[in-house]
Amino acid sequence: MKKLKWLVPTIYIIFLMLPIYWLLNMSFKTTTEIINTYTLWPQEFTLDNYKKIFTDSTWYTGYLNSIYYVVLNTFISVAAALPAAYAFSRYKFLGDKHLFFWLLTNRMAPPAVFALPFFQFYSSVNLFDTHVAVALSHCLFNIPLAVWILEGFMSSVPKELDETAYVDGYSFWKFFFKIFIPTITAGIGITMFFCFMFSWVELLLAKTLTAVAAKPIAATMTRTASTSGYELGLLAAAGSLTIVPGAIVIYFVRNYIAKGFALGRV
Amino acid sequence: MNKTVNQKAWFFVIPVFVLVAFNAIIPLMTVVNYAFQETFGNNQFMWEGTRWFKQILVSERFHAALGRQVLFTLIILVIQIPLGIFIALNMPKEGIGVPICLVLMSMPLLIPWNVVGAMWNIFALPDIGFLGHSLNAMGFDYNFTQQSGDAWFTTILMDVWHWTSLVVLLSYAGLRSIQPAYYQAAEIDGATRWAVFRHIELPKMKKVLTIAILLRFMDSFMIYTEPFVLTGGGPGNATAFLSIDLVKMALGQFDLGPAAAMSLIYFFIVLTVCWVFYNLMMRNESKS
Repeated sequence: MKKLKWLVPTIYIIFLMLPIYWLLNMSFKTTTEIINTYTLWPQEFTLDNYKKIFTDSTWYTGYLNSIYYVVLNTFISVAAALPAAYAFSRYKFLGDKHLFFWLLTNRMAPPAVFALPFFQFYSSVNLFDTHVAVALSHCLFNIPLAVWILEGFMSSVPKELDETAYVDGYSFWKFFFKIFIPTITAGIGITMFFCFMFSWVELLLAKTLTAVAAKPIAATMTRTASTSGYELGLLAAAGSLTIVPGAIVIYFVRNYIAKGFALGRV
Repeated sequence: MNKTVNQKAWFFVIPVFVLVAFNAIIPLMTVVNYAFQETFGNNQFMWEGTRWFKQILVSERFHAALGRQVLFTLIILVIQIPLGIFIALNMPKEGIGVPICLVLMSMPLLIPWNVVGAMWNIFALPDIGFLGHSLNAMGFDYNFTQQSGDAWFTTILMDVWHWTSLVVLLSYAGLRSIQPAYYQAAEIDGATRWAVFRHIELPKMKKVLTIAILLRFMDSFMIYTEPFVLTGGGPGNATAFLSIDLVKMALGQFDLGPAAAMSLIYFFIVLTVCWVFYNLMMRNESKS
C-alpha cells in the first residue's frame, strides 16, 4: 500500500496536465491540420500563431492591459488592506465584527449581479474603459480577501513586539514601516499572490467595464472567436500565453502557498 | 490574543471601507432601485412595489435554474471535498516532490476562467478534442454540445479539474501542521489507518476544511464564465445555472426589473448560507 502512495498525486497531475497539453498541442498546429485531422502532436510544427500574437497590436495590447490593471489592483488592495488588517488584528472597536462580515459578504456577491450596475456607475463617473475602472472594481472581492489573509498573518505576530517598540520610543508609523511590515513580508507576498491571481482570472467585470482602450486579453479572445471564424490555433496560442504570468508568480511563491493557505485562512 | 478597545482604529479601516463601499453599496442600490420599479429607458421610472419579486418567486424558469444550480453545487462538493482530502493524504511530505506537486497542482487555479472554458471546449470536442475523440473511440456516444447529460458530465469534470486543487492545498496545509508525535503515539497504540484519519487528521483539518467548503460553495454557486464559454448554458437550458440565466435576462432580454429582483434573491441565498457557515466557523474557533 505505502509504496503505491505516489500514484495518487501522479495520476491527479496527469489529469490536470492533459487539457493544458491539448491546448499547447493545438497552438503549434496549422489551421488546416486542426480542422482536417486528429493528431496527438503537431505534424507540421508552426510558430505562426504565436508570431501573430506578438506582432499584432490588438493581441499584445490585450496582455499589456491585463497586466496593467492587475498590478494596479494588487497594489491598491494590499496598500488599503494593511492598516485595516492591523486594526482588526490588534483592536476592538465599534462594529468591528459586523464590518468584517460585511467585507466578507462582498467576496460572496455574484459578479453577474453587479455587472450592469457597474457599467452604469463607472460610465457616470467617466471612468468607463480605463484601467483604473477595472482595478477599482476588482477591489470589491480582492480587498476583503486581502484583509482576511493579512489579518491571519498579523494575529500570529505576538503583541509584545508592538509594546516593546513603543517602549523603545518608536512612533506608531515608524514602528509600522520599520518593524512590523518586515516581520510579515511572507504574508504580504501571499496576499499579493492571491490578489494577482483573482484579478488575473476574472473576466466578467473586466469585460463589462472596457471597450477598446483597456480591453483585457481574455475579452480579445472571446471576440476573436466570435468574429473572424473559428481560429482555434490562434485561440489556443493566446490561451497558452495567459498561463505564463500565473506560472511565473506561482514559481516564486511555491514555498509559501501551503503555509499561506493555512495561516492566512484564505 | 487580548485586543484593546480603541475607537481610533476606525481611521485605519477607512480606506478599505471607502473603496469597498464605493464598489458595493452604490451598485447594489442601483439593483435595488431597478428591483422595485419599471423602466422604459430615458431615466423614467414607475413604482412597481414587490411585483417583480412575486413574479420571480413563482416563475418556473427561476425554479428550474435554482434547481440546476443547487444540484450542480451539491455534486461539486460531494466530489471535490473527499477527492481533495484523499489526494492531500497521499502527497509527499518532504523532498523534491513537494514543490513539484504544489506548483503543478496550482496551475489550474491561475488560468483565466474563460480560458479554462475555451480549453475544455477544445479538449472535449467530439471530433478533434482528446477527451471527446477518446470517448467516442471507446464506443461511447459522446457530444457535449448536443446531449444534456454529456454537457453536465463535461461541466462537472471541468470544475473538478479547475478547483479540486484548492481543496488539496488547504487540506495539505492542515495536515502539515500535525506534529509527528501524534503519529508516533498512534503507532504505539496500534491504531488503524482509519482511526488515525478519524481522530488525528480530520480534527486538525476541520478549520481549513470549513474554509474549503465555504469557498467551494460560494464559487460554484456563482459560476458563470466557465460554463458560459464551454456550453453557453446549452444544449437548450440544460446547463444554464443561476448566473447564466441572470445575465441572459438582464443583458439579453433587458428585463431589468425581474433581473434585479432575481439578483437580490440570489445574493440573499448566498448570504444566508455563508452567514450560517461563518457563525459555525467562528464558534469552532472560539472553542479551540
